[in-house]
Amino acid sequence: MYRYDEFDHAFVAERVAQFSGQVARRVSGELSEDEFKPLRLMNGLYLQLHAYMLRVAIPYGTLASHQLRKLAHIARTYDHGYGHFTTRQNIQYNWPKLEDVPKILAELAEVEMHAIQTSGNCIRNITADPLAGVAADEVDDPRTYAEIIRQWSTLHPEFSFLPRKFKIAVTGAPSDRAVTRGHDIGLRMHRNADGEPGFEVMVGGGQGRTPILAKTLRDFLPVDQMLSYLEAILRVYNQLGRRDNIYKARLKIMVESLGVEALAELVEAEWAQIPDGTLDLPIEERQRIAAYFAPPSYVDLPDESSALDGAIAADASFAAWVESNVHEHKQPGYAIATISTKPHGGIPGDASAEQMEAIADLAEQYGFGEIRISHKQNLILPDIQKTDLFALWQALGILGMSAANAGRISDIIACPGLDYCNLANARSIPIAQRISERFSDLAREREIGDISLNISGCINACAHHHVANIGVLGVDKKGTEYYQVTLGGVSNENAAIGSIIGPAFDEWQIADAIETIVDVYLQQREVGEKFIQTYQRIGPQPFKEKLYASD
Amino acid sequence: MPLIKHGRLVEDRWHETDDFAEVQTLAPLGPVIVSLDVWRQHKDAILAFDGPIGLRLAPGQTPDLAAADLHRFEVIALEFATFTDGRAYSQARLLRQRHGYKGELRAVGEVLRDQLTFMLRCGFDSFSLATAQQAQALLEAVEEFAHWYQPALDGRATIPALRRGSGEKSSPVAAGCAATWAY
Amino acid sequence: MSIRTSRIPAENTAQAITANRLSDGSVIYLTAKDNWSERIEDCQSAPDPQAAKVLLHQAQRHAANGHVVGPYLFKIEHENGTPVALGRREIIRTRGPSVGTDLKRPI
Ligand code: SF4
Repeated sequence: MYRYDEFDHAFVAERVAQFSGQVARRVSGELSEDEFKPLRLMNGLYLQLHAYMLRVAIPYGTLASHQLRKLAHIARTYDHGYGHFTTRQNIQYNWPKLEDVPKILAELAEVEMHAIQTSGNCIRNITADPLAGVAADEVDDPRTYAEIIRQWSTLHPEFSFLPRKFKIAVTGAPSDRAVTRGHDIGLRMHRNADGEPGFEVMVGGGQGRTPILAKTLRDFLPVDQMLSYLEAILRVYNQLGRRDNIYKARLKIMVESLGVEALAELVEAEWAQIPDGTLDLPIEERQRIAAYFAPPSYVDLPDESSALDGAIAADASFAAWVESNVHEHKQPGYAIATISTKPHGGIPGDASAEQMEAIADLAEQYGFGEIRISHKQNLILPDIQKTDLFALWQALGILGMSAANAGRISDIIACPGLDYCNLANARSIPIAQRISERFSDLAREREIGDISLNISGCINACAHHHVANIGVLGVDKKGTEYYQVTLGGVSNENAAIGSIIGPAFDEWQIADAIETIVDVYLQQREVGEKFIQTYQRIGPQPFKEKLYASD
Repeated sequence: MPLIKHGRLVEDRWHETDDFAEVQTLAPLGPVIVSLDVWRQHKDAILAFDGPIGLRLAPGQTPDLAAADLHRFEVIALEFATFTDGRAYSQARLLRQRHGYKGELRAVGEVLRDQLTFMLRCGFDSFSLATAQQAQALLEAVEEFAHWYQPALDGRATIPALRRGSGEKSSPVAAGCAATWAY
Repeated sequence: MSIRTSRIPAENTAQAITANRLSDGSVIYLTAKDNWSERIEDCQSAPDPQAAKVLLHQAQRHAANGHVVGPYLFKIEHENGTPVALGRREIIRTRGPSVGTDLKRPI
C-alpha cells in the first residue's frame, strides 16, 4: 500500500489547516454561504436533506486495516455510528457537524486519508479495479498509476475549476471491474506488440441524464507519458467544455458534439506542444511508487486446499458463499473474498462502526491487513488463504455480513436516494430493501445466477442504473414516487446502456415487476445462459408482454 | 480598483475600456487596457498613440487570437467571470509557457482569496480586487501550502523534484514574484 | 414508513419556514418568536401567501446574519392543531430517513 512521505503528510496537514480556516471564516460570517459552498464542496462537504454529509476519499478503493478502524472511530465519535460506501469507492458520513469537520479531517490525516476533491468541478477521487494486484488476469497493478494521477490532480492549479466534475478510472486487467467506460477518462492497461505496457485511453463516458459510454481516444499510450497526455485532455476540456448549461458541461457532451476524432486531433495537437520530460515522472519515481504496491509476502502453498474442499462438502451455506463471493487469486493457495454489505433487507453500502472494526481485525488475522472497496459498495479481503476461508465466513456470519450474494440479484447498488439526498426524486434504499427481501431464498438466488440490479433516486444516476442488467430509476409524478425500469445495461468490458422497458411502476408494484422480469428470464433461458445473455438473445418484447400484460 | 502586484498593494495606473471612442480620450492620458475586439479593429490607431497598451481577454478567448501581438502588451488582463469559471487558468498558463509572455498578467473579475494560489501557480502576478481590505487575506493565502505536486509557475520546487533531491526546498514566494520557467 | 399520500393541495395552503443550522446542519424551523426550533411543532405558520412572504423575508435576514443556511417555505397542514409537513420530501425531512434499521434522528 502507498504510504505518505513527509511531503504528502505536510500537504494534507496544510489542506486541513486551510479548510479549518475556511470553516472558521464561514462561522464568523466572513464568508457567505454562496462563497463557502464551492469551498466546502471541494472538500467533499455537502448539505443534504437532514444534515451535512462528508465524503471521504478512499483512493482507488484500497484501505489498510488501521485506516478502516479510523473510519469506524469517526463514525462512532462524530456521526451516528455508521458509514456508507459508494460506487466511487468513497465513504460518506451522513450526520457530521460543520464544527467537527476540521477535527474529522485532522483525524483522517493521521492515517493518511483526506476528503480532497471528493466533490466539486474538479478531478475526483481516482477509482480502480478493486482486485488490483491480486486478480489473475492482470497486466500490471493499476494503483501505481492511480496514485500518480491522484498526486498530479490534487489541487491542480489549472484544473480545479473545470466546467463540471471529472472522473478518472484505471484498470490493469482485460476484465473491466472499474466501469472504465462510464468515466470521463478510462484508462485500461495492456501491452503492445513489443510487450511494453501502455493504456487504452477512453474518453467521454458518464452516467446522469445523458448516459454515454466512453470512446477510445488513443489505443496505446506508453505508461511513461500518461500525465502529459492527461494534461492535454484536461486543458482542451477546460477551455472548450460548455459552461452555460450544467447538463451539457461534461466531457461526454463535448465528445458527442465534436466527435471523438476531432477531439483526438485537438488533444494530440496540445500534447505535442507540452515539452517532453517536464511533467511525466521519471522512471525512478514511478518505481518508488510501484514498490509500495509490491505483492505481500505470500506463503508457498499448494493451490488445492483439502480443508476448503472438506468444508464446502460439509456445509451447503458455506459452499454457496464460496461460489458467489470468492474470486480466483493469482497466487496459488490464496483467494479473494467479497464481504457483502447487502444482507437481505439491509441498506446497501452501509457498515456500522463495529462491523468496520471487526473487518479490520479479520483483514489482519487472515490477510495482510488490506481491505478493498468495490464500486458495488462491497468490501473485499484480497489475500485470504483458501484454508482460512471457512473460519473467515463464520466470523462474517457473526457480523451479519456473510450473505452469499456477490453478483446476485440482491447485490443491489443503491444510492442514498430521498432518504438522505437533496437532489432525489424518490427513495432508493427502501426499494432495494423490499426487492432484496423478495429474493432472500438462497436456492432461488443461485438459480437466477449472475445479474446486476442498480437503483438510483434521480437522473444523476449515482447508482449506475444505466449500466445494470436491470436498472431502476426513481422519478416523481405529481408528488408520487415512480420507478422506471431499464433492461440490458452492462458495466464490464462489454459495457452497454440499458433501454427503458415501458411505463414506470409505483412503489408497491416495483418489486413485483422485478420478479416478473426474473421469471421471464428463468422461463426463456437456454442452458448456461446468464440473464444478460438471454436478454440480448430474446430482446425486450417478452419482458414487455409479461410486465404490461393486463394493460 | 485596488491592485496587488508582486505581493504589494499598489495604485493601478491603467484605464480599461472596450469602447474605442473612450480609448481615444484615455490613451493620451495614460496606459490603457483594451478588449480583444477593440484591439483587432483599431490596432494601428492604438499603436499610433504611442503609450503603454494592455489587452483584456474574455474567458474563452484563446491567447492564440493575439499571438503575434503579445509582445506589445505591458499588461494582459484575464477575466474570472465567476469564481467557478476556470478558463483563465488555462489562458494564463498558455500565455506564460506557450507564448513566452513576460509582462504583467492580471486577474480581474471575481478574484477571491481561495483562488489566489491557483492563480499564482498559473502565472498571474497581479490581482485586481473589489476592496483594499481583501489584500491582507489574499497575501496570507499564499503561505497556506509550502509545496505542491505539479510543476507550475510559482517558482517552487515540486514535491516529485524534492523527493529526487533535485529541487531547492524553496520557501513560499511572495505573491506575484516574477514567474519562473519551471513548467 | 409509508409515505403514500403526499398529494399537496394547490392553493392557500399554510406554509412554514425550514432551514439547516449552520453549525451542525440540523433541520430547523422558524418559530413565532423569530427563533429557530428543531421541532416542527414549534413552527410559525403562515396562513396565506402574503404572510408567507413576510416569514421568508424574516428568515432570509437570519441567513444573511449567518447561523442558518438555505431557508425556504414549505407547505403544512394542521392535524388537531399541530402542524405537520406536506409532501414526501418534507415528511422525510421532519421524520428522518424512512429506512429503519439502526438509523436514528440526530439527538
Ligand atoms: S442518484 Fe440522485 S438521488 Fe441518488 S444519490 Fe445521486 S443525486 Fe442523490
